[in-house]
Amino acid sequence: MAISFDKALGIHQHSMGVRAERAEVLSSNIANADTPGYKARELDFEQALAGATQRQSFGLSRSHDKHFDVNIDPQPGLLYRTPMHPDTGDGNTVDLQTERNMFMQNTLEYQMSLGFLDGKFAGMKKAIRGD
Amino acid sequence: MSIFNIFDVAGSGMSAQSTRLNVTASNMANASTVASSADTVYRARQPIFEAAMQQASHQQQSVPVLIAGIVESDKPMMAEYNPNHPLADGDGYIYKPNVNVVEEMANMISATRSYQANVQLASAAKDMAQQTLRLGKG
Repeated sequence: MAISFDKALGIHQHSMGVRAERAEVLSSNIANADTPGYKARELDFEQALAGATQRQSFGLSRSHDKHFDVNIDPQPGLLYRTPMHPDTGDGNTVDLQTERNMFMQNTLEYQMSLGFLDGKFAGMKKAIRGD
Repeated sequence: MSIFNIFDVAGSGMSAQSTRLNVTASNMANASTVASSADTVYRARQPIFEAAMQQASHQQQSVPVLIAGIVESDKPMMAEYNPNHPLADGDGYIYKPNVNVVEEMANMISATRSYQANVQLASAAKDMAQQTLRLGKG
C-alpha cells in the first residue's frame, strides 16, 4: 500500500501555501505604507484556499519569438481593503498598525499549519519505523 | 516561492525608506546654508515613492516600492535682509533654503519607523522560511 502524500497531508499543505501568499500581500502593503495612491490589498482566505486546492493554470506554448507570452495563473480572492479612515490626501489606504498586526497573526497561522504538517510527518515516520 | 518574494518586497521598502532618510539628512544638513541669489540656494528635496506595478497589476501579489525620482520643492526661498553678510546681494539680501526643519524631523521619524517595519517583515519571513526548512525533522 503506497502512502498518498496528498491524502496524508490533507488541507494543511494548501492552507500553508495560501498563508505564505497572504504574507506576501501583507508585506507589499507594509512596504508601500508611504506610497501615494497605493491601495492596500488583502487575500480572501476562503476563496484563495478553494483556488489552491483546485489550482488551475494554463499557458500557451510559444513556438516563435514574436508570439505573446500568455500565462494565466489566476489568483482568486485578491481584493482591495476597505479603508477604515478617511483619506489623508495622498490616496494611500494602508493602515500600518492594522497591517502589522495582520502580518503577525498570519505568521502565527502559518506556524500553526507548519505544526500540523510536522505532526503528519511525525505520524508517518512513526508508522514506517513501527516502534 | 512566495516567502522569498517577501525579502524582495521588504528589501525594496528598506531601500526606499533609507533613500528618504538620506534626502531628509541632506535637507537638514543644508538647512542653514545661505546664498546670494534665490536661484543658487539649496532647495528642499523629496523622494517620490511609487508602487512597482507590473503587467496584470491586480493579479500580482507582491508589489515592491520604488523611488520614481527626487523632486525639489517649489516653495519660495526665505530672503533675509542682512547687508553685513559677505554673501549679501546688491540690495543687501541673503537667501536661505526653503527647508522646514520641523517637517524634516517628522519625516525622519516616519522614515525610521517605516524602515523598522520593513526590517521586522524580513526577519519574520526569515523565521518562516527557516521553520519550513525544518519541517519533518522533529
